[in-house]
Amino acid sequence: MKASPFKYLHAQSKDEAYAAFAEYGDEAVILAGGQSLMPMLNMRLAQPAVLVDINPISELSGIVHLNQQLHIGATTRHVDVANAKLVAAELPLIGCAIKQVAHRGIRNRGTFGGSLAHADPAAEMPACAVALDATFVLQSRDEERRVNAADFFLGVMSTDRRPDEILTTIELPAQTSNDVWAFHELSRRHGDFALVGVAATARRRSEVLEELRLVVFGCEERPRISKIAASSSLSQKDALELASAVAEDLDPMSDLEGDAKTKRIQARTLIQRALDDLFVEGVNG
Amino acid sequence: MADMLPIKLTVNGAVVSKLVDPRQHLTDFLRIDLGLTGSHLGCEHGVCGACSVRVNGQVIRGCLMLASQSDGADVQTIEGIFEAGEASELIEAFVARNALQCGFCTPGMLLTAAEIVAEGKLLNRQEIRNELSGNICRCTGYQSIIDAVEMVLLEKLKEA
Repeated sequence: MKASPFKYLHAQSKDEAYAAFAEYGDEAVILAGGQSLMPMLNMRLAQPAVLVDINPISELSGIVHLNQQLHIGATTRHVDVANAKLVAAELPLIGCAIKQVAHRGIRNRGTFGGSLAHADPAAEMPACAVALDATFVLQSRDEERRVNAADFFLGVMSTDRRPDEILTTIELPAQTSNDVWAFHELSRRHGDFALVGVAATARRRSEVLEELRLVVFGCEERPRISKIAASSSLSQKDALELASAVAEDLDPMSDLEGDAKTKRIQARTLIQRALDDLFVEGVNG
Repeated sequence: MADMLPIKLTVNGAVVSKLVDPRQHLTDFLRIDLGLTGSHLGCEHGVCGACSVRVNGQVIRGCLMLASQSDGADVQTIEGIFEAGEASELIEAFVARNALQCGFCTPGMLLTAAEIVAEGKLLNRQEIRNELSGNICRCTGYQSIIDAVEMVLLEKLKEA
């Protein structure tokens, strides 16, 4: 359980990282908090020739409030996101969900952008980023591009990021006072990856939910917005039916924790709970 | 073998300069190169928490950080924390509540518990359990560990 040999580069700037990408191409892998990559190295599931450590690049870290958005730097550590008053005030969904991200020692080291770029289908932050309609800023030596969260995640640990790009910033629209949100996950142990989870946001007008963005994670290969849930406005009497329809529309991956049928039942229950939260006055927003 | 990298860091208050293999993780460096065997290695992939050490004041998984990344860092291990007397109340409580049997998880438990205690919030038993969920113990069944941490938190609150 020791990593294979690799060359380690301490990138002091983005330019140093780009230079490493240019020199080593696909052989180079970005190391941020390392809380997903290091286990893969130790288990030799990943054996990259070169690690480019981006932790020293200070401009990649920090949280800024700009134009009704929070811009979270990719190497901002989970603990700093969890403790940020800006996040608690402007992005309560993230504020709630991030407490479920792994364990204290891992949150102290793991990074917000690292979790997104790693794209584990059972991870909390990718699902929240999709539910919140985040935009991911990717920079290479020659280009900067912005990718919508829904388009960023392509599959299991697979994203739209190219090997020569750094995920630098995540831009998240601040939740407003009309926004309601819900987060539920099922895991064997607090802090473990979700067996199944749900992140949802909506606008509540009188007794009706609109613009429902409901994301199920830990179920399919990537977090995605349920089209069925998004299609129209929802009254509470139709919530149960919608939960069943959304669950039925899932294509769950079977894993050691359960087969597709089990996952669908778990998802349906969590979707029901999430919808209940969204309708209850005073809960979540 | 890849080129050795020079690092300079503080470990338990003492400045240390060494050459490290890039692939060596921090807990192996502390155990093998410095002889600080209080930090243990259980799973080596971030699940068990036995390797916990404190880096720049925060408890982290020593198996999920490279020694080369600790250049310039302030590292404290259970040895340093014990010497400083910082965990003395927790250690007394662990003894009083029989919160260990084999002791393999105990350094990691104490480091995590020390961070919880230092935050100064009174947590209920479920919250303590959640906060300690990243440290696995195969002997106690956790009840006595929760007892010990709860005891210290209640004592602290009484003082405050």
